[in-house]
Amino acid sequence: MSAIEEAASQNPLLWERPAEPGTQARIRPGTGTPEPWLGASDLIDPTSEGLVTSIRSAVPRWLQRSVGPLLLLLAWQLLTSLGVFDPRTTPAPRTIFLTAINLATSEDLQAHLAASLERVAEGLLIGVALGLVSAVVSGLTRWGENIVDGNMEILRAVPNFALLPILVAWFGIGEFPKVTLITLGVWVAVYINTYSAIRSVDVSLVEAARTFGVKRRELITAVILPGSLPGFLVGLRIALTNAWLSLIFAETVNAPLGLGRMMNDAREYFRVDVIFVLLAIYAILGLFSLSAIRFLERRLLTWRRAFDGA
Amino acid sequence: MALDFATGPVPPASAVIAAHVSKQFNGRPVLKDLSLDIEAGEFVALLGKSGSGKSTFLRLLGALDVDVEGSLRVPRRRAIVFQDPRLMPWLSVLRNITIGLPQTEEVRKRGLATLAEVGLERHAFAWPRTLSGGEAQRAALARAMVREPQLLLLDEPFGALDALTRIRMHGLLRDVYLRHRPAVLLVTHDVDEAILLADRVVVLTEGRISLNEAVNVPTPRHRADAPFIALRQRLLRELGVDDD
Repeated sequence: MSAIEEAASQNPLLWERPAEPGTQARIRPGTGTPEPWLGASDLIDPTSEGLVTSIRSAVPRWLQRSVGPLLLLLAWQLLTSLGVFDPRTTPAPRTIFLTAINLATSEDLQAHLAASLERVAEGLLIGVALGLVSAVVSGLTRWGENIVDGNMEILRAVPNFALLPILVAWFGIGEFPKVTLITLGVWVAVYINTYSAIRSVDVSLVEAARTFGVKRRELITAVILPGSLPGFLVGLRIALTNAWLSLIFAETVNAPLGLGRMMNDAREYFRVDVIFVLLAIYAILGLFSLSAIRFLERRLLTWRRAFDGA
Repeated sequence: MALDFATGPVPPASAVIAAHVSKQFNGRPVLKDLSLDIEAGEFVALLGKSGSGKSTFLRLLGALDVDVEGSLRVPRRRAIVFQDPRLMPWLSVLRNITIGLPQTEEVRKRGLATLAEVGLERHAFAWPRTLSGGEAQRAALARAMVREPQLLLLDEPFGALDALTRIRMHGLLRDVYLRHRPAVLLVTHDVDEAILLADRVVVLTEGRISLNEAVNVPTPRHRADAPFIALRQRLLRELGVDDD
């Protein structure tokens, strides 16, 4: 008795006897049913199973993705034309588009937009600088962490917009408290993400660097800062969102110019079409910010994508 | 007692002098009264089961660990190759291997020459993540050799590589070693690797040296040689594996 036959006799779940291919059928254990050996005609094409579908398509991805918003616009236009929506509270996309063109050619909108962009740019610039410096101080030294981190955690816990009244009390109703509010929103986001990225740089890389004689300065510039760059960019992404949010709140306080002022006026005069145009502007600014971050990520994080050089 | 590198000159013929070294982790002894000398230019393979203390010993020699009893002497110029390449993904391969060195034109040229020595000159300006496992480990070897170490510490450097790549790396390491002649401590649990490469094999069992003998297999060594097979049998038995 061969080893396999012996094993089969002890375990009824094994095939009763291994037959030579092409000679005779095998017996399925338990059932006694003979099963013929496989022939070429029994084989199937695995790609025809349909477990997964091909994702190749002739239509570019961005066009596919715009189908949803375009359908929404179309439905909106239809519903207003059919009179389902009241055009006084929900004007048709066409009306809004015409208002937008009107506004875009007026110097009024340009002045308001410029004022808002300036506030956001200033807040971003100062906030990113403060966030980076405080994250480096707190991430690299124990005393820095003791002094900075607790304060930042508290600042993070307070909703940004709740600070507006105190900023107004301190700095009045000019530009300064507005830019400060945006700065704080940006600072917190950049700090939190950069700090935690610095702290989570791979310790085995730091250890390796030390064994190869890397001293403090090179450790920071060649290991820790580049290693925390992905985290910083995540922080920057959140910071941009915070900046636009803070702007809207900041401009509710006595802004002679700004998108917020326009929004206030439109509400006062019940210009719903202008409100929609402003919402669209906020959306475009937000999308534009995100694509700017994506551009930065592509430029700065080339090393993360494998197999693009070599 | 902390590591004592300072007192007394290292005799020129020795690269490592370890005398009565004991090391504990949280009260658990890992190295027990271990004494081992490595001559300058000697290639020693340190074998042992997992947890035998062989990596701890290497980390002590590499100044990656402190708080040890006994005395240790190592040369100033040392370099380590870890099991994982530990390249900074955001630095080019060339910048990676010259890390910690002054960034001068001379160092750059030396780096390029060392990369050529390990066959990576075409990848000098590539990102580490574009390298295969074997290439990354060759870059790690170049990063060590560019410092012209007097003691080269290899911590299971080929453990994560596939079998074919490992064979090629053995040849490369042998070439690099013969050209530069550093003292080498190779920590491994691959018995064949130890016999192929080393002048001397040391087996560590539960923190003590249980075998320490010269590899008397004529070079070039082949796995089918009778002395090779005999030594492999003996080492495997020492490591608690019966190869039949």
